[in-house]
This record gives sequence, structure tokens and C-alpha cells, in this order.
Amino acid sequence: MTGRTVAEKIIGRAAGTSEVRAGEVVEAYPDLLMSHENTYLVSKAFRELGVKKLYDPDRIAIVLDHRTPANTVETATAHSHIRKLVHDSGIKRFYDVGEGICHQILVEEHLAKPGQLVVGTDSHTSTAGAVGAFATGIGATEMAGIWATGFLWLKVPETIRIHMRGHLEKAVFPKDISLHLAAKMGPSRAEYKCIEFDGIFLFDVSISGRMVLCNMATELGAKAAIAPADSTFSTWSPEHCGQMGHTCKSDPDARYCESMELEVERIPPMVSGPDKVEAARPAEKFEGIRIDQAFIGTCTNGRLEDLIAASWVLKGNKVAPGVRLLVAPASRDVLSTAMDMGVIQTIVAAGGTILPPGCGPCLGAHGGVLGSGEVCISSGNRNFKGRMGSPDSEIYIASPATVAASAIVGKVTDPRGWLTVDL
Amino acid sequence: MTSSGRVWKFGDDVNTDLIIPGRYLSRYDEAHLAEHAMEGLSESFAKEVVQGDIIVAGRNFGCGSSREQAVMALKRAGVAAIVARSYARIFYRNSINLGLHVFESDDAYDAFPDGARVSLDPIGHALTSLDGAKTAQLKEIPHHARKILDSGGLVPHLKGRFGEK
Repeated sequence: MTGRTVAEKIIGRAAGTSEVRAGEVVEAYPDLLMSHENTYLVSKAFRELGVKKLYDPDRIAIVLDHRTPANTVETATAHSHIRKLVHDSGIKRFYDVGEGICHQILVEEHLAKPGQLVVGTDSHTSTAGAVGAFATGIGATEMAGIWATGFLWLKVPETIRIHMRGHLEKAVFPKDISLHLAAKMGPSRAEYKCIEFDGIFLFDVSISGRMVLCNMATELGAKAAIAPADSTFSTWSPEHCGQMGHTCKSDPDARYCESMELEVERIPPMVSGPDKVEAARPAEKFEGIRIDQAFIGTCTNGRLEDLIAASWVLKGNKVAPGVRLLVAPASRDVLSTAMDMGVIQTIVAAGGTILPPGCGPCLGAHGGVLGSGEVCISSGNRNFKGRMGSPDSEIYIASPATVAASAIVGKVTDPRGWLTVDL
Repeated sequence: MTSSGRVWKFGDDVNTDLIIPGRYLSRYDEAHLAEHAMEGLSESFAKEVVQGDIIVAGRNFGCGSSREQAVMALKRAGVAAIVARSYARIFYRNSINLGLHVFESDDAYDAFPDGARVSLDPIGHALTSLDGAKTAQLKEIPHHARKILDSGGLVPHLKGRFGEK
């Protein structure tokens, strides 16, 4: 019998059996259940179920991040409803307006751990794969079912292994790798599958960078993405490395449906857009496209490393006249540390506007929506038509350094001329 | 169980921002969602779709966000079923959980033009033109999902399971 992938091990453990294989359907009990504003819909479906008690309130984490502070009366009412529910049901892990983005909180607060099965009512739940968890997105009604019963049905996915070698060049970041993969693989190559990142390059990649790779795997169609917990993880989180068991790594003879080799040295700064994430090409091919707004933030690229990269580009420069630079740190902790380091001061001095920690304008609900005919370059994960506002606006996505360089020039700009130091 | 209606045809990678953009999600009102269904792709869909109509699409239907409102908007607008080459997995699960029939089919996309009148036989797994000239085979819905769908969605399915205990 061949060995097992990390996905097979984690789902098998959560289903109470050690022998599950890709293709099998199991009833699995997730270790962590995350929801955000759509907790409102979860609780509505939960009430319809007629169940009085939560299966286990200690597995639940709720983070308000999508429309924070509230953008409408309806949102404010939904927030109030969620606060009452949290209070009445004894849910302890609640993160109110301003604490940060759900995917950031799960990792930053060490709620997601290696070897865990994590489900969240958000498609970018895959982000928690950065700490060696199998983390996947589900809908609100499905979450209500898990609140009540503790389990959901899951098909054990096949795994695509992406083996990465080499070192990134200056001004090139994990986001550029993700956009390179999007161009190469398209939006559905990993449909129903798990992506496992490995190779010598992974040692170069911080937890923050791994979060980018796992987050963007959703744009390849992946069900989950995992960077197995290794020495980088144990250095980052010594107090949690003791929980790393045999479930955290694939066996050497595990079966993959596909293995890809990726030489990261050849990847230049990338830009993608408009309308399709797979419309990604080297940044220099987009140079000259005029922008109205530059946005740095989101669950993909709103972390400390990202703000630092942007501030190094912005230092001593000014945002181009007529361009709005918006920056939403991924969490209160990111904001606070960035203030201590002078990063926020640099961004503000360059003409940037700091938004509250949260999703910001990424989903087009508030905090910097786009008008008709406007163009935005964003460090987010999606450039779908109309996502950030008017259906007649355009979104390009790129790394925070590329977004910052573009903000200074007022046009999409390759950051290599602007970021000459090693971070 | 057989239903008939008009085919609304869409291509590959129809994402959730095209089905229902985030700017409409601040209101928790299904009728409001239905009024804006598919707005990113079609100006006429939300105005003209009627109960029993069927969406025929290409690969990776419903990719993007986990927003269940994408399914709610289509269901409330009257869509009886979706027949696509493949689905993004969260959209597929959401559809099953909310009781919207979602079938995979390799040949439906090429068989029917936009506006075709068709009848759907969910038991016989066939989509047939009303004149009987063309039929596309639909793949069987996996057993565990079929059970949820047959109950009308996850909420009635689980209530049934609680009742058995």
C-alpha cells in the first residue's frame, strides 16, 4: 500500500479512520469552524434546524471583517445580531469590528494549527494551509449543519504537488509566484483538488508568504492548499510545534495526481487583469496603463511584510496627483506593529490613506468602491468584473511593491526600478 | 418532477461576482438578490427569467466567493436547474444544500443554443428540446448529495435525520 498525502491523513483523522484515500466520501468532524459577517446567514439556517445547542461552541471562531465598520443599517443590524448570538451561545472566539481579516486572525491568533481540519464560510479559507492545516471554504447553510451536528461530508481530494526550487529575484514576491501559477494553470486546473507546496524554496518563504500561496490557490480552483509545517513553522510558533504529529507531512511514497516543478528564479514581477486572474503577465507588459486607485491590503497581501515592502518603495516619494492610495492592514496587530516601525508614517507621508483593519474595498461594498470607467491596481486576489464597484471599472492585481510603485507613477509600473534593496 | 423552460446559456468560469456582486450583499433579502441575478453578464436575465428556466453553462460555473447568495439569487429568480460542464466546488455544495438541482453534462453545452425550449427529467438524467430533436445526457448526482437534494436541501435533510433518532 502506498503512503498517504497530508490531505488524506488530516481528513482521515477528522473522520475517525486512518485509511481514507483520495476519492472516498467521508463524514468528517472539523477542528475549527470560522465564519464572518455571513454568520448572520449561518444562524438563520441554524434556527431553521430547530436545534437548541451548538455541537461545540469552542470550535467556533467568528470574525467581523467584510463590511466593517458597518456600511449600512442592514449590516449594522446583522453585526448586532451576531454579537447577541455570540454572547448567548457562549462562543469565546469572537473578533469584533477592527480586529482584522478572518484568515489573518486564524493564523495570527494560532487558532488554526498543523494537522487540523479547518472549514470557513469564505472561499479563501485555504489561507490557513500556511500552517499545515487542511482548510477549505463552505457555504453558510453547510456551516449551520456543522454547528448542529459537528460534521460535514467531504470528498477526500487528490493532491497536486508543486515542487519549488531557486530563490526569488529582488522585487519579486510570493504573490508573483501565485500570478505566474494562475497564468500557467488557469482558474480550474485544481478544481476539487488539494495543492501541496514543497521543495527547497519553501524554506525561504515566511508564514506570511505561505499564506499568500495558499490563499491564491483558490484562484486555481483548489479545494485546499497546504505548506506542511516545517522548521519555518516551528521557529515562528515554538509553542505550537509540539502538536505537530505524523499527520502534518505527506509520506515519501504518497500518491499525487500531478507533480509540477517550478523554478522560481525565472519569475518576474507579475500583474493580472482585468476581469480574469489567469490574465497574468510580466508587469512590464502592463506598463503605461493609467490608474485612479491603488489598494494595498486584503487576506492575500495586507500583512506586515507587505506594508514594509510598500513603504520601502514609497519612502521619499509622493503618490501621483489624481491617484488615491488606500492601505488596509490585515489586522490590528499588523497596524500596531507597522506603526511602531514607522511604516504607517511613511505611507501617510507619501500621501496614502489608512483604512481600518478588515477586507476594505476588495469586495466592493464600501471603503473605496470604484466609479464607472475607473481603474484600480490592488494587492487582492480577484479582479473579476464589477467586483470593486462599477461594472465599467477595471481591476489589476499585483504584489504590494508593484501597487506602491504604480501609485507613485500613476500608471501600472514594474517595481524593480523602485525597490533595489533586499527585504 | 419534469420541468420545462427556456435555456439561458453562459460560458466558462462564470464567477460569483457576475452572478451577484458584493455591492448587493449588504441586504439580506432574496427578492432583492433575484432582481440583480446575473447582472454582470446579461441585462435581460433578471427581467425575463421565469420559473422553470434552465441555465446551461461551460466549465467551472460559480467560481469565486463562497457567498450562498449566488445560489439564492438564481433560485429565487426561478431557475429550476443548472446544467454545466463542471462547477466550482463551493457553489456546487451550496446548490445541493439549498435544494437547487445542479447537473454535470459533457454534451448539453453544444446541444442547446441560448433561448432553446427544453424539458428536464432529473430522474432520467436527460435534458431534451421540446420538439424532441435533441437530448443531452446528464451525469448522475453523487449518492450522498442526491439524498440531501431529495429532501429539498440540507436543513430539511438534517431535520429528517434528527427525526429518525
